[in-house]
Amino acid sequence: MRLPPGQYLTEDFPVLTAGPTLRVPTDTWEFVIITEAGEKHRWDWKQLMALPSERPTVDLHCVTKWSKLRTDWQGVSLDVLLDGVDTAADYAMVHSYGGYTTNLPYEDLRNGQAWIAYKFDGEDLTPEHGGPARLLVPHLYLWKSAKWVRGITLTDEDSPGFWESAGYHDYGDPWREQRYQGD
Amino acid sequence: MARAAVPGGLSPRLVWRAARLVEFRDETPSARTLVFDVPDWPGHLPGQHVDVRLTADDGYSTQRSYSIATPADGSRVVLTVQLVEDGEVSPYLTETLSVGDVIELRGPVGGWFVWRSADPAPVLLIGGGSGIVPLMAMIRARRAAGSKALFRLIYSARTPEDRYYADELRTRVRDDFGLDVSYVYTRKTPEGWPLPPRRLGVADVNNGGWPPDFQPACFVCGPTGFVEAVADILIALGHDARRVKTERFGPSGT
Repeated sequence: MRLPPGQYLTEDFPVLTAGPTLRVPTDTWEFVIITEAGEKHRWDWKQLMALPSERPTVDLHCVTKWSKLRTDWQGVSLDVLLDGVDTAADYAMVHSYGGYTTNLPYEDLRNGQAWIAYKFDGEDLTPEHGGPARLLVPHLYLWKSAKWVRGITLTDEDSPGFWESAGYHDYGDPWREQRYQGD
Repeated sequence: MARAAVPGGLSPRLVWRAARLVEFRDETPSARTLVFDVPDWPGHLPGQHVDVRLTADDGYSTQRSYSIATPADGSRVVLTVQLVEDGEVSPYLTETLSVGDVIELRGPVGGWFVWRSADPAPVLLIGGGSGIVPLMAMIRARRAAGSKALFRLIYSARTPEDRYYADELRTRVRDDFGLDVSYVYTRKTPEGWPLPPRRLGVADVNNGGWPPDFQPACFVCGPTGFVEAVADILIALGHDARRVKTERFGPSGT
């Protein structure tokens, strides 16, 4: 059984967003990592496309209870992006176009656990699902996989992002059913 | 993991609470309003939802989220549940659950898609199908709080018979000063309706909503395709994306 507690299976790919869908053009798109020392690392769309990519097949678990198994993505591993970044940060705040934020521990971005994903099922990722590029951290509830991602700020201290400030769990492990603060 | 409710709600944790059905009424042939008594319910804001958990005799349990249909009122928690034919939870809630039966729920959940009665800004509510439920909680909360905030609701339903709260909305439009309601029908219109059945479009939002200059707080709730279309229309009309809050249903809205 590969379903975490309280989840049910869906074949659809539901859309859950707090506001309107953003349309971010790739010609002005950029992705920026800022370290705790303020050092900036920047990639534009062409540079991202030129990096080696992976094709992870992963299960998705949404805090609203649905799970979708064996989804097919393509994107750049955060290991590739972070390898040249000098940091000893413990936490990361992920930022999206439109202002969405979500927090997670730095180590959850490393060791083949996270990607900047730009293709789903072999097709360009649609805006509804976070295209042109979204974070993909499938071992955490899906709100951590920020749509329309534009950057990551590395920090020494943890602070809550958008949903985390609204009562959702700081870490969000589906297997421990960490949906809300205190779970 | 089952947890006992904490009496007095002292813990910030969202504990599972026993909810006893005290009353129900059918809103449409396939939607039922369920009134629960939930001792020590901590209260909620209009627009928030709860998680419902059902557990079978063999220990199998399953959860779904449902919007709360009314403002906070002591230990009362009111849900309106749409029957989804092949659903796992909604058939039980709408067809089997009887007065006196107990289910588990926890919440309130969601601190974003909420209206606060102290906010004087005009409000635009756009609901599709059962997406009316959290919007109705806001309309009821407005009345309960004596708010003078101007409200407009655009309600898209498949047919006149599929409308929830039809009588109450008619009464409120008459009695709640500053509330307007307009309807869009996608499959079948009432007798004598000036337009054929169709999906909600730019003209409906333009006519039934507020000009962007009024900077209304916009709440859009319904199935994904509906919410996507309406949110795009609002942005195209010039509404500030930060003023547009959305609640999209999952795969089936159950």
